[in-house]
Amino acid sequence: MSVPVENSNERNQALVEEVLAAYPAKAAKRRAKHLGSYEQGESDCGVKSNARSIPGVMTIRGCAYAGSKGVVWGPIKDMVHISHGPVGCGQYSWAARRNYYIGTTGVDTFVTMQFTSDFQEKDIVFGGDKKLARIMDEIQELFPLNHGITVQSECPIGLIGDDIEAVSKAKSKEYDGKTIVPVRCEGFRGVSQSLGHHIANDSIRDWVFDKLDPEKSALQSTPYDVAIIGDYNIGGDAWSSRILLEEMGLRVVAQWSGDGSLAELEATPKAKLNVLHCYRSMNYISRHMEEKYGIPWVEYNFFGPTKIAESLREIASHFDDRIKEGAERVIAKYQPLMQAVVDKYRPRLEGKKVMLFVGGLRPRHVIGAYEDLGMEVIGTGYEFGHNDDYQRTTHYVKDGTLIYDDVTGYEFEKFVDALQPDLVASGIKEKYVFQKMGFPFRQMHSWDYSGPYHGYDGFAIFARDMDMAINNPVWSMTTAPWQAA
Amino acid sequence: MGDLRQIAFYGKGGIGKSTTSQNTLAALAEMGQRILIVGCDPKADSTRLILHAKAQDTILSLAAEAGTVEDLELDEVMRTGYRDIRCVESGGPEPGVGCAGRGVITSINFLEEEGAYEGIDYVSYDVLGDVVCGGFAMPIRENKAQEIYIVMSGEMMAMYAANNISKGILKYANSGGVRLGGLVCNERQTDKELELAEALAAKLGTTLIHFVPRDNIVQHAELRRMTVMEYAPESKQADEYRTLAQKIHANAGKGIIPTPITMDELEDLLLEHGVMKQIDESMVGKTAGEAVA
Repeated sequence: MSVPVENSNERNQALVEEVLAAYPAKAAKRRAKHLGSYEQGESDCGVKSNARSIPGVMTIRGCAYAGSKGVVWGPIKDMVHISHGPVGCGQYSWAARRNYYIGTTGVDTFVTMQFTSDFQEKDIVFGGDKKLARIMDEIQELFPLNHGITVQSECPIGLIGDDIEAVSKAKSKEYDGKTIVPVRCEGFRGVSQSLGHHIANDSIRDWVFDKLDPEKSALQSTPYDVAIIGDYNIGGDAWSSRILLEEMGLRVVAQWSGDGSLAELEATPKAKLNVLHCYRSMNYISRHMEEKYGIPWVEYNFFGPTKIAESLREIASHFDDRIKEGAERVIAKYQPLMQAVVDKYRPRLEGKKVMLFVGGLRPRHVIGAYEDLGMEVIGTGYEFGHNDDYQRTTHYVKDGTLIYDDVTGYEFEKFVDALQPDLVASGIKEKYVFQKMGFPFRQMHSWDYSGPYHGYDGFAIFARDMDMAINNPVWSMTTAPWQAA
Repeated sequence: MGDLRQIAFYGKGGIGKSTTSQNTLAALAEMGQRILIVGCDPKADSTRLILHAKAQDTILSLAAEAGTVEDLELDEVMRTGYRDIRCVESGGPEPGVGCAGRGVITSINFLEEEGAYEGIDYVSYDVLGDVVCGGFAMPIRENKAQEIYIVMSGEMMAMYAANNISKGILKYANSGGVRLGGLVCNERQTDKELELAEALAAKLGTTLIHFVPRDNIVQHAELRRMTVMEYAPESKQADEYRTLAQKIHANAGKGIIPTPITMDELEDLLLEHGVMKQIDESMVGKTAGEAVA
């Protein structure tokens, strides 16, 4: 099925209407606001966002607990994160999101372990505060090298009104001011995981920063200290980013939160610049540090050589000539390597069309990387984006890009079927649906167990993976022999 | 054996639900009925007059000790008191922690699974003052209590609570078949109490089953952790409870779906009976000081 691209705004409107027709009137009216087409020159993508999903649809979203435990706090490696409540939430978030880290698991780092208070009926009826206190004692005893504890609240904690703050304070006092952070990220709060990010950010502000004694900080500042904010080191992303900043002469004092530690969180108020990758999940704490400590922050994009070069120059512009020269040196050093990657893969990928649906920053950030390979993103949308994400998206998308906010399973299937992209890039829940429909697919939450995709090193892997998906010979064999004739 | 009658006493906190229910059930036992009392109040004081005990071990406290409720046996939680009345207390957390409502649900499910309702004529649920959440509505949901008796008095707040409880009954009347059996007025000696109670009953579409006069003998019995039925079976007050018991026994199947009224209608009712004076709307929300100025 070929579609004339010049009419894509009109075509998109017609497609949206056709898809909406399947809904009851009320649902159609609500979903209509979340579906649209980007028109050149507009200040946003023309869709409503961060609203409640409609009951009965298949949404791809998570909950506030997922946003706090799964995204923001979980990767802090030297703290123990308790999934506080019944066992399911902990079980299903066990092992985290491939947030790579260095350390000896179970001794001084704990990311892939799972700690839960495993609520039983009696804990609901009588309250779980005593059990929580006992768990903290056990953690102290069994894992003496832990540097802190967080309490990640599951839904029942908020319903029965447990006082996890009081328990955290009392235990912190008992253990000589140990950092213990109660996080009120009950899953029923908010419309998606997005509120969980915000709550987690606020808990760092209230229970880490506000308890800091700046005199005690051992960090000797330099004029070139930066903190990487909003990189979760999935498949090693933060590492392939960090080396570029270091090569240009900066010193990375903290990683938030992939392969990060409590000491790094505590050192960040001394940074000279916060470099922010995932705006959605960590803009809150970046703004707070700007207000309270006067640290400027800058968004960057380390997907694909074009955006990496832009970002390195943007970051360098906040420093002196030494760093600016450093940025140029890094760009020049990697340019031939990147050219080799493009030379190898671009001919195999040129003109291929992609439809994205992911969370955080990726619905816009990865577009440049695809374009470096000659590919075109014809549809994109955010699981839990806000309006500021859709505004930022306008810098990336072309006129006539189909936009779908909090897309439902049904809508996504229909859109892909109508637009016939060469690649669908989304999450694990979508993967097998589209592969069964005959579409090449890449899982863009955990890089399909590959990665890193950030930085120059990441781009080489990204290019290989996309080629591997799209040009896999299996796709020429999807017609059954009896249908071939 | 006739059909099992499942009844429940609801009413504002402190209105005398537990006292009234235990005395009435003792009178029913005197009539030869086999009774089970299920206390659904975290305070666990619904059975003390029958058992002469301060408080019996509750289902939930024993379950917490044992690990889970599945580890309990029925005979560990059930006690037998005056005239072989069987007693269990659900129990619950101390005030301010946990979820007492979930506790009620856990306990009632346990009792049903363990066959606690076999070989008896009456199950009576004694429930916390207000239906504050789904847990405390458990006895009126899912075909448990069929008849609710609301204990009230002529006080404004007691009538307000009675009306609220009627709303709860109405909510579950169509799904679970629960009915309002009637009002029981526990005399507080407020103005025109009988008249008001009858008027409220009429508004709710039910009847005032019985007006229990105030008598200090109830307190004397309570101090001895006894029902009046046991402490002073010959007393006039014991006869009042006998009458109430007979009326309830005769009331089988006569429950109705209540027609709760609005707050305004309730205030009108009080005005009508001269208990409340007509209020000048301009005075609402004014302090004494402001009124003078």
